[in-house]
Formats: sequence, C-alpha cells, structure tokens
Amino acid sequence: MRRALRWMRANLFAGVGSTIATLVALYVIARVVWGVLDWGLVHAVWSAPDGRACARASGGAGACWAFLGRWYRFILFGRYPYEAEWRPLLVVLLFVALLLASCDRRLWGLRIAVLWVAGLAANLVLMLGGALGLAYVPTDLWGGLPLTLILAIVGLALAFPLAIVLALGRRSRMPAVRALSVAYIELVRGVPLITVLFMASVMLPLFLPEGTTIDKLVRAQAGFVLFYAAYLAEVVRGGLQAIPAGQEEAADALGLGYWRKMRLVILPQALRIAIPPLVNILIAGFKDTTLVTIIGLFDLISTASNAITDPDWRGFYVEAYAFIGVIYFLFCFFLSRYSQALERSLARDRT
Amino acid sequence: MTDTPSPMIELRHVHKWYGQYHALKDVSLDVKRGERVVVCGPSGSGKSTMIRCINRLEEHQQGQIIVDGIELTADLKQIEAIRREVGMVFQQFNLFPHLTVLENLTLAPIWVRKMKRAEAEEIAMHFLERVRIPDQAGKYPGQLSGGQQQRVAIARALCMRPQVMLFDEPTSALDPEMIKEVLDVMVGLAQDGMTMICVTHEMGFARTIADMMVFMDAGEIVERAPPERFFAAPETERARQFLSRILNH
Repeated sequence: MRRALRWMRANLFAGVGSTIATLVALYVIARVVWGVLDWGLVHAVWSAPDGRACARASGGAGACWAFLGRWYRFILFGRYPYEAEWRPLLVVLLFVALLLASCDRRLWGLRIAVLWVAGLAANLVLMLGGALGLAYVPTDLWGGLPLTLILAIVGLALAFPLAIVLALGRRSRMPAVRALSVAYIELVRGVPLITVLFMASVMLPLFLPEGTTIDKLVRAQAGFVLFYAAYLAEVVRGGLQAIPAGQEEAADALGLGYWRKMRLVILPQALRIAIPPLVNILIAGFKDTTLVTIIGLFDLISTASNAITDPDWRGFYVEAYAFIGVIYFLFCFFLSRYSQALERSLARDRT
Repeated sequence: MTDTPSPMIELRHVHKWYGQYHALKDVSLDVKRGERVVVCGPSGSGKSTMIRCINRLEEHQQGQIIVDGIELTADLKQIEAIRREVGMVFQQFNLFPHLTVLENLTLAPIWVRKMKRAEAEEIAMHFLERVRIPDQAGKYPGQLSGGQQQRVAIARALCMRPQVMLFDEPTSALDPEMIKEVLDVMVGLAQDGMTMICVTHEMGFARTIADMMVFMDAGEIVERAPPERFFAAPETERARQFLSRILNH
C-alpha cells in the first residue's frame, strides 16, 4: 500500500503539471469507459423481434445486441448453406486447434508439419465437400470467418517459404538469381495489394486461354501469397544480414554445403532475430485479408456489411463492426502475445 | 603406414588479389603427412589468407592448390570433398550459438558423413573428453568461457576425422589465462601425429611442436626453416626484425 502510494506520487503527482495531466487523463478515461459500459451494457437491448423494436427499446442510448443474436451466424459463415454450417464451424475450430498446437515447441519439426498438412486437407474437404458424403459447396458460397482464416493462414503459410527463397536469392552469388529476386521484390513492393488483387481477379482471366477458368478464391489467394512473400522476404533478409560472416565460414569449413548450411545454421538464427518484424507483417497480413472484399469475396467485412443492409435490421453498424473487430483483435493479440512468449523462451535457451 | 611420396598439401605459385591489392605473391608450400607447420609474420602479411585458401574460404586467382591429391578448382563437389578432410579452427571460435555443444559437434558428422546420431554422439563425447570438457556437452556456447569455446571448436573440427587441421590464430581472441588450456589441447593433437598448419603468435608453442616455421611478410613467404634454426639464426633481416619485436617485450 505504502509502495503504491509512493509510486503514484513519483509517477503521477510529481508536480503541478504532472498532477493536472493525471487528473485530465483520468477524467477522459473515466468518461470513455463509462460511455462504452453505458452503451454496451447498461442501456443495451439483448432481445427484440426486429430492428425498429430494438431501437425503440434502447431509446438510441444503448447497443442493440439483439441484432447480433439474429445475424451472428451469417456474419461468421456468410452464405454457406445454413444447415451445413457445422462444417465451417469445425474448420474454424480446427484452425484454432492447429494454431494452439503450434505453440507447443515439443511438437516442432516433422510432427507439426504433418499435423498442419492433415489439418489443412481436412479443412479443404470440410469446406468444399463432394467427398465422404458431404454435399459439394462451391467456393463462391464460402464466406465470413473461415474464408478470412483460409486467406490469412494458408496465404501466409505459403508466402513464408517463398519469402525465404526470395531472401536467399537476393543474397545469392549468382547474378541472375540475385537480379530476379531483386526485381520481383521491388516490383511487388511498389504496388498496392489492391492492385495485385485486381490483377488476379480481373486481368488474369484475360490472359488465360479461353475455356480455362481458375477459381476466384484461388486467384485471390495466389495474389495474396505473391504479395506478402515480397514483404516477408525483406524481413528475412534483414535477419540474414545480422548473422556474422564467421557462421557461414564455419559451416563451409565443415563441408555442409549451401542448403544444409542455410537450413541448419543460418536460417534458424536469422529467423529468430527476425521474429518481431515477422510477426508485425503477419498481423498486417491477417488484417489485409479484408481487402478481398473489393474483388467480391465474402470475408468477415463483407458479411458484416451485408448483414446491416437487412431491411428489418437496418443500420446497426457499430454492433456489427464491434463484433468483427473483437474477432480480429483476438487473433492478432494471440499472435503478438505468442511471439513475445516465443522470444522469451528462445532467449532463455542460450544463457 | 606406407610412406607416401605425395605431400598432404601443395601450394604452387599461388597468387591472390583483393581488387588491386596483391595479398598473396607466388606462394609455394608443401606440407607432408604428419608435418606441423607454424606460420608467423606481421599482421596483414597474408598468413590467414593463405590458410583460408586451402579450404577455399578464399579463392586464389593463380597457381595450384592440391589437397590430398585433389586440386581445388571452382568445382563444388571437389571443394566439399576437400572441406570434409580439412578441419579449421577460427580466431573467433564461430560455434553455432543456437545449438548445444553436443549438437555443434554432431551436426556435420550426421549431415555430411551420414553418421547415425548415436554413433556421432559417441564420437563427440570422445573428443569432448580429449579437450577435457565432457561435462559441458548439454550447454550452449554462450554459457562457456572463451577457452572452453575454442576447445569445443577444436573438438567440432576433429569430429569430422579430418586429415589436416588448420588453425587461424586460435588464441588471439582469448584472455591470457585461457591461452594455455587451448595450446595444451593443440600440443596433444600434434603429439598424436595430426597434420597441422597453425597461424599463431605463440612462439613458445611454435618451438615445442613445429617441424617447420614459415615466415611471411607482405604476401610472400620470406623464410622457411626448422624452428631451432629459425629462432636461433633467422636468415633474413625481415624475420630478424619480426622476431626481435615479438620476443623482446
């Protein structure tokens, strides 16, 4: 208690200016927190037959969570057939389980790779159907959270190995390989993601021979992978540059050869250094999946925006976006906390 | 043992340039099997460059380098074949900090020599005992002292069962009290008949183990002689000056 008082005097009330600043900040925080609680809990309406009744009940002073009660399934799963929504639900749970399993370092290596391949295959079968007695669901009916997770997780998982190849290429001694890598990275980094997605969805089909079609989701996914590979490549390169030349020389002197040297000696150290910026890009990538709305894919943003156009429940923007905002935050916060834990545990190893 | 006439390492008129700078000038050197060569000379004289050319950490531009009958060319297969036979110890140890001591030692035997893990670990423990730190096997390099790290680095090179060991100023980065523990290991190695080329300023050590002293200056081999002659009566003025500077302080 005494320590807390001393801390407060030192940090919050050290002088006249500091005291004023503290009081103003406290006032602002109290107002905001109270405002949110008042709107979200005190005056909130939890059930109502339709939007108008809900708005009347809250008197415009509270949230209408009844809207989410009516629409949360659509926001989460989009236009996926209603009676089959257990399938995308299972897909989401499987993704979460895989992410949690990846946190366990004892599973790292071959086991986690096998788990991911099996998990992704299971997710594909679950979403697409057409096998094991599951009805076929075309990708244009996919939407909401599973679509967002597929784009983000599969996209970043594929972008990462490509990024490593590009980063190694950029540091290669072979001029052609280096030039290609530099050209690719600079070109892609110089273009907004939206442009890449437009290219993938509108331009690419024009170049394909007539009669061949590639699924729109696959095209968007490919665009996303190619785009993020360039960004991740630069982060990986930063990590590579931080490794002292002596490490390469020692590996060379042992006769490891290029690929083993990279895989066993250089990359494990380089990627460890690059964890903070890598996670930064992964979080940005996760949120950038929202841009696929532009080319008509039905991710979380699209489903939320669609839900609020229902004539019976029109205009509950804040409720809808708060809902998906919380979902995005949970995934990104998990990533950020996990990376911090990982850095700590890796640092502990060495000292 | 058959008495093979061909030397373990042959350098024939080797030249190397860094841009305009002529780092090695017409260097020729034969090292016989089991021979211990100590290379000395002022800094910047090309000592390190020369031994780094032997396992192709540096590329020479002219002349021939032949290791165990294989000539070093741009052919990657041959470079790797030579690197398997040539162990190297660096001034800065260059242990892999993300691996334990045991993993540092078994990495190359497992991946390059295709050894079973159990066998590689057995050999690793054997060499850790030889460098007298078997109790540190489970630690990470960052947890060891400089002298211990350098001894691990020597053991790591030995685990590949090399025919030649190259030492590039192995004690220059060590605190004085740790130099002896590393030199002791190297003396033991010399007594077991390992072919060695050591770049070092440790003249007491050189006197003990060297079969031949090589003195380099400004990219050239200026003088070569058995240690007793080299230390007692150096032939060239440059060697005399170098020795007087390094021995009388």
